[in-house]
Amino acid sequence: MIRVELAKLFRRPRTYVIAGLLCGLPLIVAIFLATTKIPPPPGQGGAFLSAVLSNGALYPAAAMALVLPVFLPVSVAVLAGDTVAGEAATGTLRYLLIRPVGRTRLLVAKLLSLIVFVLFAIGAVLVTSYITGLALFGATTSSAGVTLPPDVTSLSGVTISPAGLVLRLLGTVAYIVVSMLGVAAIALFLSTVTDSALGAAMGALAVLVTSQVLVTLDAAAAIRPYLPTRYWLAWIDFFREPVLWRDIERGAGIQLVYLVVLLGAAWANFLTKDVAN
Amino acid sequence: MIKTKDLTKRYGRTTAVDAVDLEVREGDRYGLLGPNGSGKTTLVRMLLGLVFATRGEIEVLGVPVPKRVREVLPSIGAMVEGPGAYPNMSGRTNLALFDAAGPGSMRRDRRRRVDEALERVGLAGIDRRPVRAYSLGMRQRLGLAGALLRKPRLLILDEPTNGLDPRGIHEVRDLLTALNADGTTVFLSSHLLAEIEAFCSRVGVMDRGRLVVQDQLDLLRTPTGRVVVGTPMPDAAVALLDGRVEGRDGDLLTVRHADPGALNTSLVEAGVTVTSMVPERRTLEQVVLDATTGSSDRVEARA
Repeated sequence: MIRVELAKLFRRPRTYVIAGLLCGLPLIVAIFLATTKIPPPPGQGGAFLSAVLSNGALYPAAAMALVLPVFLPVSVAVLAGDTVAGEAATGTLRYLLIRPVGRTRLLVAKLLSLIVFVLFAIGAVLVTSYITGLALFGATTSSAGVTLPPDVTSLSGVTISPAGLVLRLLGTVAYIVVSMLGVAAIALFLSTVTDSALGAAMGALAVLVTSQVLVTLDAAAAIRPYLPTRYWLAWIDFFREPVLWRDIERGAGIQLVYLVVLLGAAWANFLTKDVAN
Repeated sequence: MIKTKDLTKRYGRTTAVDAVDLEVREGDRYGLLGPNGSGKTTLVRMLLGLVFATRGEIEVLGVPVPKRVREVLPSIGAMVEGPGAYPNMSGRTNLALFDAAGPGSMRRDRRRRVDEALERVGLAGIDRRPVRAYSLGMRQRLGLAGALLRKPRLLILDEPTNGLDPRGIHEVRDLLTALNADGTTVFLSSHLLAEIEAFCSRVGVMDRGRLVVQDQLDLLRTPTGRVVVGTPMPDAAVALLDGRVEGRDGDLLTVRHADPGALNTSLVEAGVTVTSMVPERRTLEQVVLDATTGSSDRVEARA
């Protein structure tokens, strides 16, 4: 079943359109930065952005910081909202179920294909932005490794080895996948509730936007640590020396709780649902 | 093959299926007849474990549904409320994907089975066009091909001829007849009387969620006690039969008479030429009209 889901994912043109759009945003930003040479002041604007002018090798990290807050969650919400509701709308859900594909199995396959999509999208952004960074800003990497930018690290001028950089990037990817799974879980649950793929995606986005607004609101400080988007940017801590684990751990923990609760709800709902369309 | 007991499905306050005792036997050509909204589709969905019953029991191929429905689904081919396919892929890819999605399908003969199924439903020549570009009739045929893919023992088809032209309907009927002759039990639902009458040996009639009639078609079509007589001398015949003629349509007379043979003899002895003599049987339409109360999609004003 998972092979079938992957076949469906990679046969659909929209998968590539979304990935292309995700890659396009960092490219546009890079072109502006490279032509004007006006970096955002350190500490403002996207993370890493002021640093990339001096070192293009850091651009993948900057690109992640660009796509993560809005673009990536929107695309995950759209795809996850489509999982069950979309199959119901094309009339294929009932034919999968009488094939028979177990309902649990179907949900698991859908979730796995979402993970594959997130990995694919992140991978595409990382690769294209690395190439963009090197081509437009040049690299100052030596065999000694990459110098972390001063606006991110508390200690400026710390150099990490290429192997260390790869490890930190892998950690970043893993963290972002977990964060996006939280988004996927919300949309997937809504997708089992409604028959409208658009409705499920909109519902998930409404949750995320609300969460983003509340995160910045001091009056909502009491619930802030439990908001799904609170620790989304905690992956930046992977690029500090030493790695600051506190927010990363909290962020991953919260996403796991959301995942377990929402996937459990999606599973329970789907398993007892009348498939009547 | 299919047996339900007191099967009931309620959606809130509306009862979609109401205490249905369905029985489909091995080798049957069973036709479930009923107007739109009479609960046919909900019933079919419950048989396949898509919709869960509020009350009652279902047994399909000797196995309780929905509890162990996954054991029997591989030997059932089904089409429920129109075909479903991924619009951006070709019909062939669609069939292959559905085949790969479930258990018990051999990968090496998949291509052959897909080709055979397409051939059977008259789509052997389809190219790589996506299903999006198919006509309604082609989609219907594709859905049928999907149901036939694994040579099922039981076919459950909900409105299988929807969207087909008369020739297509005829082809599907021939196909189903051939499958039935090879031992496949066919259960189909339709709101078209003619379709059921032309194909089925056993008939069930649904009305507002209830199964109001279930019997062999030839038993349902009982003689009405009338004989349709064709004669070139209708006036003489009317004068002779005096009061027993209940209808007259040109040279055809509808005569109330229990015995066509005796009627023929008396007419001929009186010198009336008889060109045809057919004992009238109840039409299926009459059976349905007698058994049902009113059209379910009619909404009357409340008194």
